Amino acid sequence: MTLPSATLLAQSALSGLFVGALYGLIGLGLGLSWGLLRTINLAHFAFTFAAAYLCYQLVASTGIDPLLTLLAIAPLFFALGVGLHWLVQRFDVSPLNSLLLTFGVTAIIEAAIQAIWSADFRRLESHYAQAKFKLGALFVPVPELITLVVALTLSFGLWALLKHTDLGKALRAAAQDAPIAAAFGVDQRALSLLLAGTCAALAAVAGVCLSLSFTLAPSQIYAWVGVVFAAVMMGGLGSALGPLAAGIVIGVSEALTMAVTAPSWAPIVSFTLLIALLLLRPVRT
Amino acid sequence: MRPLLAWRRRALLAALLSLCAVPVPAQQNPVRIGSTLALTGPLSATAQIHKLVGEIYVEQLNKRGGLLGRPVEWIVKDDQSKPDVARTLYEQLITADKVDLLMGPYATGAILSAMGVAQRYDKLLIHHTFGIPSLAKYDKQFPAWSLGPDPGSTVPNTVFSALAAVGKTPKTIAVVTSKFPSLHFISLGAREVAKKRGIDEVLFLEWEFGNRDFGPIAARIKDAQPDFVWVGAIGLDGNLLIDAMKKLDYTPPLHFYVYPAPGPMVQSADANGALSVSIFEDHPPLNTPPVAAEFTKTFRERAAKANLPETSVEVQAAASFTAWQMLEAAVNGTKSLDDKALAAWLKSNKVDTIQGKLRFDGPNNYGDDLMRVKQVQNGRWLIVYPPEVAAPGAKLVVK
Repeated sequence: MTLPSATLLAQSALSGLFVGALYGLIGLGLGLSWGLLRTINLAHFAFTFAAAYLCYQLVASTGIDPLLTLLAIAPLFFALGVGLHWLVQRFDVSPLNSLLLTFGVTAIIEAAIQAIWSADFRRLESHYAQAKFKLGALFVPVPELITLVVALTLSFGLWALLKHTDLGKALRAAAQDAPIAAAFGVDQRALSLLLAGTCAALAAVAGVCLSLSFTLAPSQIYAWVGVVFAAVMMGGLGSALGPLAAGIVIGVSEALTMAVTAPSWAPIVSFTLLIALLLLRPVRT
Repeated sequence: MRPLLAWRRRALLAALLSLCAVPVPAQQNPVRIGSTLALTGPLSATAQIHKLVGEIYVEQLNKRGGLLGRPVEWIVKDDQSKPDVARTLYEQLITADKVDLLMGPYATGAILSAMGVAQRYDKLLIHHTFGIPSLAKYDKQFPAWSLGPDPGSTVPNTVFSALAAVGKTPKTIAVVTSKFPSLHFISLGAREVAKKRGIDEVLFLEWEFGNRDFGPIAARIKDAQPDFVWVGAIGLDGNLLIDAMKKLDYTPPLHFYVYPAPGPMVQSADANGALSVSIFEDHPPLNTPPVAAEFTKTFRERAAKANLPETSVEVQAAASFTAWQMLEAAVNGTKSLDDKALAAWLKSNKVDTIQGKLRFDGPNNYGDDLMRVKQVQNGRWLIVYPPEVAAPGAKLVVK
């Protein structure tokens, strides 16, 4: 067996870094919703793809820059997220039942996507779809780099917000003990709607980034569920930085596995890492 | 006068009764053909093509007078891309809907399920695109996709013969493949055939179906620098790999994809020169015969109306159309709807189809491998080998 070259390893690691950033970006809103709202929002994946399709449509029909579509798409999904969470609150849906409810919403969104754009593959064409530059011996694709920058910015921004602002502290307090937080004047209901909207808007951002690099099909919604859930669980529920860090660890591990051994071993990596982490990490009390 | 009046009344009554004895108008007694298709779920993109073809065929068939002088009604149910659902629905079609005939579903897994049900009820099953001929053991199943009984050997041989015909037999090969069952064995066959032809294998990789990151695979192909890349791709895998190679500023001199998503690949600017196999493409000489000409024209119109990204007839649409042609030929040949008689007729007769003359007397009712080599040239799939079915003036182009 010949050893892979340093360039091959570095290029593969870079590829893993980029796809890991996307895992983290999709997982960001999912993890916050799960950890802070106690809603396991499977519809997050459907929101991601619905946003990707909307971006595709807006770019195809108007020719505007894909990132500019966020000006319309992010507020729209914020409102959708608020609406969905209002329903969850209104009917006092438990975390387990939220899984069922949002699975139903996912199926409805998938059917709607298929009805509008058909089941066939759609590819967003943008002026930087094929843009890349060379960094030493490595090729750096621009759309993936954008995804990485967006993921880093949003993850660190939300981490800072949750850690250092009153709003963040109120959100964390409400998640930890809602009645006590309310006793201190935290409007848990309004905050949870705000957070649910933000999570859905984050799904929209992830969707736009997804559309920059991947071909879209309605059934692809489910292709991301396993690995993104693994990233969220490894990164910690309610954590802003965790899913990104875990996503990158998974992405790079998978990529290096593909570079060194049979690529068919790569999917084993994310779940092996997850199991190992769940077994070995210190128990939180 | 009374007896005369009575006689007239009796005559009138007899005439009325005789009118009742006239065969029921054809519209009231259709031949019912049942099938399922993956109208939702991961396989629905391709199943939409089969649905459209079925609708076109049944419409045209009814204009020709239907089957045995009766109109044809096609009952199609959604198997949700799930073989277990397909099995249940085929049971329903036979036992509850009581259809006269069956037509196969889309995709190998569902076809295998339907085959089991058909076997249980001793029904004829003509199917469109079954990918693993060695598993087609039921004696009343008939393939419309002319893969031949051993595509793991014949398909790679056809591809290497096409390269040899233009003097470009590769010295080195990289075989990279999805582990998707319908194509994995063909890729393994390509390794064997390449070895027999003295081609040096410099890379062999396998990935699980559903792989998202093709960057490392592309980097390994680039590192290996093969003359020829055999990609065991199905659906989007081919596009994803081409994109990943492009991001590394690399295009292999020759690259072949077993079952690419035809629309996205032909629309990709970076796929120019990509090779694949096909039984039919929408260009002369294959689309010249009147039946093919009418079908390809209608399909283009309807596909555009249905907002399908790819509006040309290619493998899936042609196999689907062929399946209906086989069913019609067998019914007309036997003047019967009896499954046993239809199966016997198909086994002992050749059927003229838009992909060529098909026979079903080989192992597992497979006949000749009619797979042809096609190439993306200037945004179109063109058959480039063998010369007798190649697009006018088209030749395999090597970078």
